[in-house]
Amino acid sequence: MFNSLAPPEYLATIDTDKCIRCKRCIQNCGWSTYSWGGDRVLIETTKCVKCLRCYHYCPVEAIDILDNATRFKSNANWSYMNIRNIKRQAETGGMPITGMGSDLPYPVLFDHLLLDACQVTNPSIDPLREPMELRTYLGKKPSKLEVEKTPDGKLKLKTEMPPQLKLELPFTFSPMSFGSISLNAQKVLAMAAKECGIVMNTGEGGLHEDLLPYKDHIMVQVASGRFGVNPDYLNAGVACEIKIGQGAKPGIGGHLPGEKIPLQVAKTRMIPVGTDALSPAPQHDIYSIEDLRQLIYAIKEATNYKPVSIKIATVHNVAPIVSGIVRAGADIVYLDGFRGGTGAAPNIIRDHLGIPIEHALAAVDDRLRQEGIRNEASIIAAGGIRSSADAAKAIALGADAVAMGTAALVTMGCTVCGKCYTGNCSWGITTQRPELTVRLDPEIFAERLINLIRAWSHELQEILGALGVNAIESLRGSRERLRGVGLDEQTLDILGVKPAGR
Amino acid sequence: MYEIDAKGIYYRKLNEMLREAVARGEKEILLKNVNGQYYIGDGIRQGDVKITIDGVPGNDLAAFMDGPTILVKDNAQDNIGNTMNAGKVVVEGHAGDVLGYGMRGGKLFVKGDVGYRIGIHMKGYKRQVPVIIAGGTAGDFFGEYMAGGILVLLGLGAENGKPIVGDYLGSGMHGGAIFVRGEVDETRCGKEVGIMEPDEEDMKLLKSYLKEYCEDLGLDLEEVMKRPFKKLIPVSLRPYGNLYCY
Repeated sequence: MFNSLAPPEYLATIDTDKCIRCKRCIQNCGWSTYSWGGDRVLIETTKCVKCLRCYHYCPVEAIDILDNATRFKSNANWSYMNIRNIKRQAETGGMPITGMGSDLPYPVLFDHLLLDACQVTNPSIDPLREPMELRTYLGKKPSKLEVEKTPDGKLKLKTEMPPQLKLELPFTFSPMSFGSISLNAQKVLAMAAKECGIVMNTGEGGLHEDLLPYKDHIMVQVASGRFGVNPDYLNAGVACEIKIGQGAKPGIGGHLPGEKIPLQVAKTRMIPVGTDALSPAPQHDIYSIEDLRQLIYAIKEATNYKPVSIKIATVHNVAPIVSGIVRAGADIVYLDGFRGGTGAAPNIIRDHLGIPIEHALAAVDDRLRQEGIRNEASIIAAGGIRSSADAAKAIALGADAVAMGTAALVTMGCTVCGKCYTGNCSWGITTQRPELTVRLDPEIFAERLINLIRAWSHELQEILGALGVNAIESLRGSRERLRGVGLDEQTLDILGVKPAGR
Repeated sequence: MYEIDAKGIYYRKLNEMLREAVARGEKEILLKNVNGQYYIGDGIRQGDVKITIDGVPGNDLAAFMDGPTILVKDNAQDNIGNTMNAGKVVVEGHAGDVLGYGMRGGKLFVKGDVGYRIGIHMKGYKRQVPVIIAGGTAGDFFGEYMAGGILVLLGLGAENGKPIVGDYLGSGMHGGAIFVRGEVDETRCGKEVGIMEPDEEDMKLLKSYLKEYCEDLGLDLEEVMKRPFKKLIPVSLRPYGNLYCY
């Protein structure tokens, strides 16, 4: 009897003429695809996930990972994953799990939006010679400013400013917990955040002591499992975030299985080794906007009024929900779009629940403006930011800053293979196996992540220069600088964007 | 004893005054005329501080608290001991819903009845064992998602023959122990729960907690121990292990 009727997705192949039997592929594969057969490398191709670790470490380029052409008959309606998941479900009775953001071909509106540029009638700006401001302050802004004159004739701000989170660039890193990613991966994020003057986010996994030197660039998260949360934790970072939902799995909780909770993860989460870390789907002390307000202010009372961010998944009714969140006292609202990433989510939830970030962002920004409360909170947009162009478009649609998760992991070697939930990541990112995590040298990879952030910042500055503005503030919510291509009238109306040519 | 008159004072100011008094080194503090002010004791860490509350404190009493003892001379409301790390709260009256959410350490003693969803996701860590003891009856979802610690329900003064706890007792439980005085109706329990007779060790531990509880609230320990207890524990540390496929 065969193990599974689901044929392998990939065929790992080794050219035995080229292979020098160095066994590096065997050492490098976290999934044990390869083993030694005495005179050659044996391949168990059902285990291959095409993460390309072996390919990059083969010194003689003998490895090729092919998409399995014979896996199922090609069918436009019944895809490989549809048939494969049915077979796996028939064999196990379980829910298929997946990692990373949805890979289904839903329309990506960022790819249907184009930015403006200056020609003849208004001058563009060269960011290489002229100042170009990317600094961003997240937090409540007063609706008016009062200024008073001091006895020596100087002007002084009379209005008390609410607490602000200062970012040198309009970027943050998405919350990714220690447990879902390795401590080395968190260190890469923390080091890069410090160097770039931005923030990383602990996710719901507590704060490991090794990250304390970076605490001025860390936002700590409180979610339904309350893992690792105590007064020290709440006060450690520059802001606290209450996680209500995640774009990849709106409305459902998290189950970090016991076997993935070794000593260090258990210590950081403050739970016993080996028990499941279950994050209930709702926070049972939050059933309403009033309840949310209660938790926001409980945290503010415990932290002497640090900024509080509320992270939600973008769902159908996102605009009125955010209106409530802002009125509940949030300083920052983190919107995680439908295409947002995850370490583990049921396939059926990830691919079918929620709405994309573009629609949500436009709807939320509109609603808050209509209600005259847009200044009451800043918005972070997340869930599918792949480039600085996406970032610029998100900011033009109304975001104050954007968060990057998958993009940051890609700098660490991630190939978006989507198998984070197995805990076998050959790149040492989404695993706790020490022989794998040691591969991710924080200093080396922090350098790469810093490079990416710098490159995106330069690109943003070039975009702003072309738009003829000298500060990111001038692009914020400026939908006049966007045009839609190939979008229907209703979508354009939701986005508040004119079609190209108008 | 240092006194603060809470009459007509907004919670933010009251808690500021309380934190200032604690920072100054006051060890015994009396809050008079408390009337629903939220967050009393929120985030306070000094273990040797005792706060007595005259009146009914508002929601989130002792949230994120890490050491002090709070004595409430009246009823209390919802969310007491939210994510509490250490310390003790004693309520001489009844208390509301969602007590001890995510509580990691410390004690919460309620003399009277408690509401719904008590001790959700309570957890133990190393030597920290959070304990909640409710003297009266409790609502549904008692000990839901419980991951550690000890929950005790006594049902004192409950009407004869009426259940002392609601439905879905221990639903999603994957750690810790629940002790219920009297019989437990299996049909009211979550499917993750097993009902057992407590052994000698259990009874010794339970008695030590109940002794402290009775002393704090002026109850007769012997009277409390007269009826037998049932012990509820999770049948699996991994209740959802077989939910997924890859």
